[in-house]
Order: sequence, then structure tokens, then C-alpha cells
Amino acid sequence: MKNDKKYLFDDPKNIKRVLHILYGCCVFLFTLDFVIHRHVMHSWENLWGFYPIYGFVGCVILVLVATWMRTFLMRSEDYYDDKQRVTDLPNKGINKEGVNNVDD
Amino acid sequence: MWMIEIPAFVPFFIGALIAGFTRGTLRNAIMVAIPIISAFHLWTVPEGIHLQFTFLDYQLSPYRVDKLSLMFGYVFHIAALIAIIYSLHVKDTVQQVAAIMYAGSAIGAAFSGDLLTLFVFWELLAFTSVFLILARRTQRSYAVGMRYLIIQVLSGVILLVGTLFYAAENGTLAFGYIGLDGVSGWLIFIAFGIKCAFPFLHNWLTDAYPEATVTGTVFLASFSTKVAVYALARAYPGTELLIYIGAAMSCFPIFFAVIENDLRRVLAYSLINQVGFMVVGIGIGTALAVNGAVSHAFAHIIYKGLLLMSMGAVLHMTGKINGSELGGLYKTMPKTTILCIVGAASISAFPLFSGFVSKSMVMSAALEEGYDWIWLMLLFSAAGVFHHAGIKIPYFAFFAHDSGIRVSDPPKNMLLAMAIAAGLCIAIGIYPTALYSLLPYDTGYNPYDATHVLAQTQLLFFSALAFVWLNLKGMYPPELRSTNLDFDWVYRRALPIALQNMFAIIWQVDNRLRQAFRLKLTMCLTYIATKNSRLSGLLSRNYPSGSMAMWVAVVLATYLFVSFIQ
Repeated sequence: MKNDKKYLFDDPKNIKRVLHILYGCCVFLFTLDFVIHRHVMHSWENLWGFYPIYGFVGCVILVLVATWMRTFLMRSEDYYDDKQRVTDLPNKGINKEGVNNVDD
Repeated sequence: MWMIEIPAFVPFFIGALIAGFTRGTLRNAIMVAIPIISAFHLWTVPEGIHLQFTFLDYQLSPYRVDKLSLMFGYVFHIAALIAIIYSLHVKDTVQQVAAIMYAGSAIGAAFSGDLLTLFVFWELLAFTSVFLILARRTQRSYAVGMRYLIIQVLSGVILLVGTLFYAAENGTLAFGYIGLDGVSGWLIFIAFGIKCAFPFLHNWLTDAYPEATVTGTVFLASFSTKVAVYALARAYPGTELLIYIGAAMSCFPIFFAVIENDLRRVLAYSLINQVGFMVVGIGIGTALAVNGAVSHAFAHIIYKGLLLMSMGAVLHMTGKINGSELGGLYKTMPKTTILCIVGAASISAFPLFSGFVSKSMVMSAALEEGYDWIWLMLLFSAAGVFHHAGIKIPYFAFFAHDSGIRVSDPPKNMLLAMAIAAGLCIAIGIYPTALYSLLPYDTGYNPYDATHVLAQTQLLFFSALAFVWLNLKGMYPPELRSTNLDFDWVYRRALPIALQNMFAIIWQVDNRLRQAFRLKLTMCLTYIATKNSRLSGLLSRNYPSGSMAMWVAVVLATYLFVSFIQ
């Protein structure tokens, strides 16, 4: 039986709408920076758009570093299950380079 | 009133006993009644030490009630009630009984006024909770359970040794401020640190929680680490080392959470990240910071429970929990989706949700005390937590690419438990005064000023923007079936291999030494034997040893005969 029912996000227009709302909110919040007076406790908070930029840049760096971490941390799903490989790991690892990287 | 003297854990232990012997609706009714009755009872108990006796010259006080312990006592009751409702459909006596005793042990630990009682409950926490992992009854869960038990019991043993040192140093077992002076201080600190999942001691958590049963994980996430947070808040407030440990805890797990595929393991990593905030608060140690740590623990137990319940519901209904295999579940699980989003908003500390009113206290305290770098790290992890727990969890489970799985919302009891938790998350967020009135100190803190609200909203929305941007650019790491190495690699892989190699070498060397020694020995023996045979050849060439023995026997017999005659 085929499920032909259309759901909310099956329509790309709705996804666009959500994204546009998000963009709108971001612009709005950014401009609020100039309107609302802050009681700052730290001089960096006075910087123009400190929180938005910190949030954005922080997250991008987080994701890029995490992706880079995959190159030496990622193993097959049954890495720890396979008892055989405990003995012959140095010769046969699927990602030999990675093993050495972690070792240092 | 004699009722006051009944410690709060007693109803749980009695209830667990009764639950073990009942079935069906009756058992369910009893299980729901336990935390409710116990909570009402606790509500009437005034502050003070209500039970005290002497044991081997030491004063033990298993039931000490003050603001700090009450705070944790209340939230443990709430968590127990929610988790019990969530697990009402389970028909597994071992799991049910273990879960109630586990909750009881956590409550017992929160109210213990001396280190020996704390140690007893500390070990009970380990021994009761391990059944929630073993109850999954798979080969993998058995191995995980054993690893979990070894580490937890190790923590208990260190605590016991620390307690003995403490008693020797101070002549008392009272559980109050300990501090890092002396051997006992460090030992107890390490014991707490293991349970609190300090960096490098944290892998039992990310190892065990995702392998426990659907309902078991909800219990696990609520109690063990929070008991450790309570113990740290009691014994080590203002210990500067904790600030740095906490900041590290709040930052490093988010990197692992971003690339982790098992969504319950993502939540386990984010649990460490959240506990990091509490540890920083305890380390700063001012009234505001400790308040922040304690209230964050309170809020955290509820929203983390909610998130784990929603992921448990997904696992329960689909049998899958890997982000790579899920997606598009919002279509047929709309209620779970909404409840999960409430939890996600709470953990991300959106204004009007519970995380906001507690997390901001710790951050403000860090700024007030001049820990600028720590504040920046916390701010980074506040953005990161939104990224991996706030967006990633709901996105990959309920939206993202359509996995084609069409399952309905989970059973009613699960939905009810999630709804209660979600209601509390929003209630605490909207009306934080109720939570603040329970706190140990009165600081008159108000989270809802324009500065805080704006800063936090900006931070979160631009984190969301980063997620969208990375996704559209195709730079977001896809969910992949994988295992990511963490520090547990050291004791699950490196150490076994190292030990194996070491022993292989030791056996070899040992074998060679033995052989060489045996060779030398044989050579010696042959040498002596040849010498000896030459010597004996000279003296007794014609007399076999048999005749020698016969002559001795003859002489003795003669002697005997003569002695008889006389």
C-alpha cells in the first residue's frame, strides 16, 4: 500500500517559509542590538554584534573541527565487537593511519 | 512525630519489595504511589537531623535534611515519578524493582549526613542501576554492564578509602565541607569525580547509557551524576580546580556529540556538557554560582529526562536509534516531535524554558568573578549544546530525509510522562520564582532582563543560522554508521593490546630462562652423577644397595631380639 498523504514539509515551499522566518528573526535580533541598551558586565559584550557573531562562528568552528576529528576517530560500527582484531590490529586495521594517530 | 524519623528512601525500598511480589495493575498503582506518598511525606519534614546513632564511636546521621539536600530530594522524587510513569508498560520485574531501588538509593545519598551512609548508598546506586543495563539481555549490554559496574564500584571503593582517611584525619565522619587538603580530600574528590564523569573518567557514561533499556536510560540519566553533583556541592564548593574541570567538561563532549550517530549517545555526551556547567558553578562557589549549579541540576534532570524519553519512544516504536536510519518521523509521531522540541528548547536555554533560568546564573557568576575565559568557553558550549542537542536530535530523528518509517506515537503512559516533563520545563521557565524559592541562598536573581534575553536569543538564533548555512552548503557532517574513538579506547583497546603484548614477551622470556636453567641443571646433575658413579664404583662395586638394606634389617632384628631376652 502506498502512502500518498502529503505532510507539512513534503512541500519545499514550507521549508522555504521556515527558513525565511529564521532569516527574518536573525536580522531582527541583530538590529535590536542597536536599539536595546545593555547592562554589560564585560567589555566584549559592547562589541558590535558580539553574541550573534560568536554564536555563528563558534558553531561553524565546532562543526568543522568535529568533522576533522572524524578523520582519525572514526571506526567501523563493530570496532569493539570484533574480538579477532584485538590480536592482529597493528597489521590489519581498516584505517591504519588513524590507529597510529590516536596512539601518539 | 515519629513519621519524621522515617528517612525518605524507606518508602522506595519497601515499595520495591512489594512491587517485586505483585503484578499487573496493582503493581503499577503501587509504583506510581511510592514517589507521590514519599514526596508528600518529605514536604512535611522540617530541616534538621532526624535520625542519628552511634556506630563504633562515630556519630552516623543517615537522615539530614537541609536546603541543599531537600532541593535534590524533591527533584529526585519528580524524576522518579516521571520515569516510573514512562515505564509502566514494562513487564519485567527485575527492571522495575531495580529502578525503584535505584531511585531510593539516590534519595538516600542526598539525605545522608555522614560519609559512611553516603558510601553505602553510593554502592547501592551502582548495584541497582546495573540491572537497568543488563535488562536489555544482549551480549553487548552484558559487556557494557560489567564495565559500568567495575568503574562504579571502583569509585565506591575509593570513596571508602577516602572516608577511612578522613575519619583518621578529622576524627569524625560528618559529611560537610571537605576541601582538597590532605589525602582524604583528594581520594573523595576522585571518587566523586568518577561518578560525575570528569574528563578522562567519563566514558562509563557514554558507554553505558545508550546501551541500557529504553526506560532504564531515563532512570540512569536522572540519578547517578546528579548525586555526584550534589556531593561536590556539599563537599567542594569554591574549589578552583573544579572551574577548569567543569569548563573542559562543558566543551569537549560537544565535538563528539556532533559526529555521533547513536542519538541516545549524543544525549549522553550532552549530559556531560550540562554537568560541566554545574561543576563550574560549584567551583566558583559564590552564592549565585552554587544556586545556579543546583537549579541547573534541578532543571537539567527534567529536560534531559524528557529528551531521553522522546528518543526512547523513537527506539521503542521503530527499534532504531541511529541518526543515519531515522528521519521524517514527525509525520506519524507528531506528539513526540513536539514534546522533544520542548526538551530541546529547554536544554538550549531558550527564554521561557527551564534551561534559561538556571544556566544564565552560572554564566553571570563566572563573569562577576572575573573568569573571562571560562565565560567564553561556557558561551561557546551554550551555542554548541543548541547545535547538537537542540537542533541535531529533533532534526535527524523527526525531520531530515524521510526514512520511510511510519510508526505511531508511543503508548499513552510514555506520552503522559513526557507531557508532565514538558509541562514542568515550561512552568519553570515561565515562573522561575518557584524554583528559586527552594534554592539554598537568596540572591534576588532575575533572569528576565532585556540584556540576558537578547544575548541568549541572539546566540541561539545565529547558531541555528550556522546549522542551516552548513547544511545548505553541504558541509554538515552526515550521520554515518560508525564508532568514534574516545578515551575508553585506552582501556578497551590500547591497554588490553599492551598487556597482551607485554605478557607474550614475559612468557617468552620466562620460557627461555626456564629452558636455559633446566639445561644448566641437567648438565650439573650429569656431571655430579658421573662423578658419583665413579666414586661409588670405587667403594661399593660388588655390593648392591639391596643387600645393604637387608643387613641393616638383620642388625635391627638382632637388636630387638636381644632386648626381648633381657
